[in-house]
This record gives sequence, structure tokens and C-alpha cells, in this order.
Amino acid sequence: MRGLGGTILANLPRMIPGAALILLCQLAGEAIAHGTGWPLPGPVLGMMFLLLLLLGNDLLPEPLPTPSVTGAADGILANLSLLFIPAGVGIVGKLDVLAQYGLGLAVALVASTLIGLAVTALVFAGVARLVGRDGEAEDAA
Amino acid sequence: MSDADFSLWVYLSRTPLLWLTVTLLAYVAADRLSAALGRHPLANPILIAVLLAAGMLAATGTPYRTYFEGAQFVHFLIGPATVALAVPLHRHRRTVWRAILPMGAALLAGSLAAMLSALLIARAFGMPETVLASLAPKSVTAGVAMGIAGSLGGDPALAAVLVILTGAIGAVTVTPLMNALRLRDYRARGFAAGLAAHGIGTARAFHVDFMAGTFAGIALALNALVSAVLAPVVLRALL
Repeated sequence: MRGLGGTILANLPRMIPGAALILLCQLAGEAIAHGTGWPLPGPVLGMMFLLLLLLGNDLLPEPLPTPSVTGAADGILANLSLLFIPAGVGIVGKLDVLAQYGLGLAVALVASTLIGLAVTALVFAGVARLVGRDGEAEDAA
Repeated sequence: MSDADFSLWVYLSRTPLLWLTVTLLAYVAADRLSAALGRHPLANPILIAVLLAAGMLAATGTPYRTYFEGAQFVHFLIGPATVALAVPLHRHRRTVWRAILPMGAALLAGSLAAMLSALLIARAFGMPETVLASLAPKSVTAGVAMGIAGSLGGDPALAAVLVILTGAIGAVTVTPLMNALRLRDYRARGFAAGLAAHGIGTARAFHVDFMAGTFAGIALALNALVSAVLAPVVLRALL
């Protein structure tokens, strides 16, 4: 972790263009989501835009180098856990609702999460076996 | 505390600086502790950090609103982090493309199963509509879930708490559950973690296996899309 953190710090100035591109994609996504009233969330649209930009770059005769955007993205994704702390601390303001419906919410959350995990993984593995592309991914690098 | 100390505290406790610092320190401490415990599923860094920060708020009698003025800078980054998922998705595009059929089927089945089971159980316990509307997007990443809950007539703040609890439950249970189901395909395991437990499940998946983390990120993004469309339909059908 320390190695990664050091790399991120050393590369911080070079990541500014990448960070700007990520924000630009989100901005475009939010503008379209709010402008059209689509139910699609702005950041998800932004992710699709960034993916299209990266795929489009591959099609160029000489693709542009992308270390700035990949560095910024890897840096933020390496610390994904941090981003959920503020929302989690919000639990202090909702203790009354949690106490009132505590048992029901606990049963609903635990059962639905286990069901969601199991159904997703079993359907994924089952369909993968059906279409004959089972097993571990090859280009894991 | 002397008067001078007290006025210094009153000043500092109202600045975003203090609570932003507390959030980062709680994360650093929680991450070290989680690493020292060998990344045991129960030693989830988010759970530990939330307990530390919430304990600090309770001990100092600080309202959440004051805390959030500092912490909002971290919370804001959930949006850019969602956009950033395009990078691992692009890096593994060939692997992802090969798994497009299993992903599509698992996405629909898993998203419906998680949402329906939560709402049916909550309804059986007689919960009011505002709680049901806040519960419907519980598997979706926090920022998007708050938007969905708000548009359904739920409480966005309650939705955020239910989302975090769901993520913590998923991150703690995914490894033992997948082992019990004897599933060794890390694409399937990761995809399930991201779908049912959004960013917290994705963070857990990245700790376990890089390929699992990539598929978790895809599931997180796709489920935010699908749930935004499914939640109003499912909720209307149940009420």
C-alpha cells in the first residue's frame, strides 16, 4: 500500500489532466441525465463516455498515451473504501428509524444480500458453463 | 477545559478541516488494522472507520450536518470513482466481452432477486412506504441510491445508511458464502460482490483478486443502471 501511495504522490502533477478528463466525463453525464430527465445516473453515463473515449483512442493509427487518466483512475479506485465513510457515519442520524424497524431491517438486509450474492454468482457460473466459456479468464494481466 | 481551549475547540469543530482530517485518519487507522488482521472479512475497513468517526461525533456531541461539511469532499469523490471504473473495464475488455452473456443473465436475475427479497421481507414486517422506497435501491452505489430513493418518495439519508449496511453485510459474507457454494470462478464471485454490495463489495473484491475486483466494478456500474429502471416498476407492483 505504501508503495502505491508513494507512486500516486510522485505522479500527482501528471494526473491532473486525467482527473480533469474524468470530471469532464461526469459533467457531461450529469448534464445529459438532468437535461433529459432520463433515469440513468450521471456518473454511470460518465463511465460509459470515458470507456467510449478509451475504445476510440485504440482505433487511432497512433493511440494517444493514457498514463494520466489510468493513473488517476487507479489512484482513486485503490482507496474506494474511504469514499463510503461519510455516508456510513450518517447512521448516527438514523438510529431512531433503525431502532423502530431494527429487526425487520436486519432480516431484510441480511437475507436479501445473501440471496442477491448467491443468485448472481450461480446464474453467472451456470450461464458461463452453458455457453462453454467456463474457467478462469486468460488475459488476467 | 479552560475558556481559551474551549473557544479554540468551538472554532475548529465548525471548520471542514477538522472533520475531513478525522475522516482520513479514521480510514488510515482502519486500513492498518484491517491489514494487520490479514484482511479478515469481519475486519472491514469501512465498518471500522465508520465506528471510529461516529464514536468521535458521539463523544463530542457534534451534529452529522457539521461533520458532513468536512466529509463532503470525500463523499463527492464517489461520482468520479464511478467514472474511473471505465479504466479497469477497458483494460480487461477482452475478458469482459467473452463473459457478456453470463453477465447479462446474472445482472437481471441478481438485481431482481436482491430488490424483491428485501422489499417482500420489509413489507411482511409492516414497514411504511417511505422505508420501502428507501430500501429498494440498497444494493446500488450510495450517490445513485440516494437519487433513486428521493425520486421514489423515500428518504435519501436513510437510503445511504441502508446502502452502507448492505455493503458491509455483503463484504463480510461474500467470501464464506462463495466458498460454501464451491464457486471458484473469480469473475462470478466478483460480479456478485459488486452487484449485491456495490462499492464496498467491489473494494473487498479488489483485496481478494484483481480480476474479481474488475468484474465487481462492472456489476456495480451495470446495477446502478438497471436498478434505476427496475426500482420504480418493482415498488409500484408491490405497493
